Amino acid sequence: MSRYRLDPHDLDRLLERLQEGGRVLIGPRLRDGAIVLDRIRSTADLPRGLTTVTAPGRQHLLDRADDALFGYEVGPDAAKRWLHPPRVELWRARKDEGGELFFEGTDEPPKYAFIGLRACDLAAIGIQDAVFLRPGITDPTYAARRADVRIVAVQCGASAATCFCASMGTGPRVDRGADLTLTEVLDGEPHFVVEVGSEEGEALIEGLPVKPVASTAPEEAAARAAAHQERQMPGDVRASLLNALESPAWDDVAARCLACGNCTLVCPTCFCTTVEDTTTLAGDAVHARRWDTCFDQGFTDLHGHAVREGVAQRYRQWLTHKLSTWHDQFDTSGCVGCGRCITWCPAGIDLVEEARRIGGSG
Amino acid sequence: MARPRLGVFKLASCDGCQLTLLDCEDELLAVAGAVDIANFPEASRRIEPGPYDVALVEGSVTTPHDAERIQQIRAESRLLITIGACATAGGIQALRNLADVDTYVAQVYATPAYISTLATSTAIADHVKVDFELRGCPIDKGQLLELLTALLFGRQPTLPNHSVCLDCKLAGNVCVVVAHGTPCLGPVTHAGCGALCPGYTRGCFGCYGPSRGSNPTAQSDLLARQVPDESTIRRLWQGFTTADPVFAEQASRFTGGDGE
Ligand code: SF4
Ligand code: SF4
Ligand code: SF4
Ligand code: SF4
Repeated sequence: MSRYRLDPHDLDRLLERLQEGGRVLIGPRLRDGAIVLDRIRSTADLPRGLTTVTAPGRQHLLDRADDALFGYEVGPDAAKRWLHPPRVELWRARKDEGGELFFEGTDEPPKYAFIGLRACDLAAIGIQDAVFLRPGITDPTYAARRADVRIVAVQCGASAATCFCASMGTGPRVDRGADLTLTEVLDGEPHFVVEVGSEEGEALIEGLPVKPVASTAPEEAAARAAAHQERQMPGDVRASLLNALESPAWDDVAARCLACGNCTLVCPTCFCTTVEDTTTLAGDAVHARRWDTCFDQGFTDLHGHAVREGVAQRYRQWLTHKLSTWHDQFDTSGCVGCGRCITWCPAGIDLVEEARRIGGSG
Repeated sequence: MARPRLGVFKLASCDGCQLTLLDCEDELLAVAGAVDIANFPEASRRIEPGPYDVALVEGSVTTPHDAERIQQIRAESRLLITIGACATAGGIQALRNLADVDTYVAQVYATPAYISTLATSTAIADHVKVDFELRGCPIDKGQLLELLTALLFGRQPTLPNHSVCLDCKLAGNVCVVVAHGTPCLGPVTHAGCGALCPGYTRGCFGCYGPSRGSNPTAQSDLLARQVPDESTIRRLWQGFTTADPVFAEQASRFTGGDGE
């Protein structure tokens, strides 16, 4: 893979390139005391000189001593928010004067480019691809957004206290799924090492002021990030959870779990939705889809009865699907080890710890 | 339903919920065209007698007169819909249920003898059968329009009873608990407001009352880890839906603090 050096003040040229042809650029942004993913236009929109302090149920921002543009770990958002949007109107139906029914598709997805996604985010996109782009049962909403996307990833040089991508085999090294990968080098004269991962990536930097460089900064950054990771998903989790389906250990976590669903909503691979049919005052029927969560009791209603009435049953659904039965369904774990569900759980419930405790792995 | 006759009624309340109807600006004319507003003193002096197809009832029952009126409204209305925290849970004024109302009356009114009031503030459903309820202090305009539209087209309204957290994440808000350590009742509070308060980096204070199937005990345990003072937690549960049994049970766990 060819490597180039990019000066920080030329990063805006790359951001402009990413937005050519009307692409909407999504990247990290400071909002309300957290780093979210949102529309950005230039490097002025990126969080500068900030880092994250992360723990189960906590993520605070602190100033860094330098001007790093990517010197923090993942926040609550993932690419899911754009590729599999929280709410999307799918179609409208109306009757004409003769009483004949007309259907009209109303989803008009923009083209996206992303900057700042991490190795776990790319792995998560890979999993959502496996979910939504299955031959014969492709989801058109996702496919339309995913098809022509551009991705500039960032190589992590540190891990949050909740990260465990190394044990899931998904990171921290960015080794697939990105058109370009940036490693931010802050020692000496600050610069980015740019790795090219695809033909589209090659086209993105063509004509930009980049110089070929021999650098091992990406590997060094990844090694530093991996060395930080203390959390490890037990290797036998797929089987151990299924052997513990009737364990009383589920009641213990259910006593602490708020059943708020935040874990599933921040999880970059969770995909569950519900459909909502409404009408406008003018009489148009509107068919929309929105995120839902298996932690909501109503989500489990079948013939007017909640199949998973208790919180223990709902927590068990989340953990066993994510870590066990996802393999049967999609030939992969549903977890990429990004740690978001741990960080953004208001109660600070740690899925790795629960998987260990409930599955009985040491 | 062809041009249903609508009545809007008020018991003990601040008028904020019925004003939500007038606040529908863009849609107000369409609503006014689709329903026959037969009784809405806040909007028009033309008051027609019942029966009504739909009654929107705001406010709680706090006087013997209210208690009679709600029976009358029920008798005259095919569908009775309660709107707002007062009507659905007794409102903030249900704080009187925890105190001696005669003491309040003596403190506030020059001639307490003129005041005829009940010892408690109660939800409409404690008195008559309620067909549907819209929660919140005040109710959400979008939810009101959705309910009225659903009635007009004879379909189920889309008014989910999940927790505020789901809407908070749909909206892309930053969680105030995780980012700022702010107490937030969103995990146990009924959705409908679109996670308004967290959108302004404030914790949810539960004005929609409890959501379905959540875990209020775990919420109390979390609050106890966040907030050292028991009276602060108690007051959080004793807000706009203080008389709701689910919230009241949690409030009763926190007896310490300043003793107020
Ligand atoms: S389960 Fe948790 S750690 Fe795993 S991908 Fe989802 S949010 Fe990340
Ligand atoms: S594990 Fe945490 S985030 Fe998930 S539903 Fe329970 S309390 Fe909410
Ligand atoms: S801010 Fe409150 S409502 Fe929003 S996700 Fe956090 S706990 Fe839930
Ligand atoms: S966030 Fe909570 S307190 Fe605020 S309006 Fe919504 S339900 Fe009411």
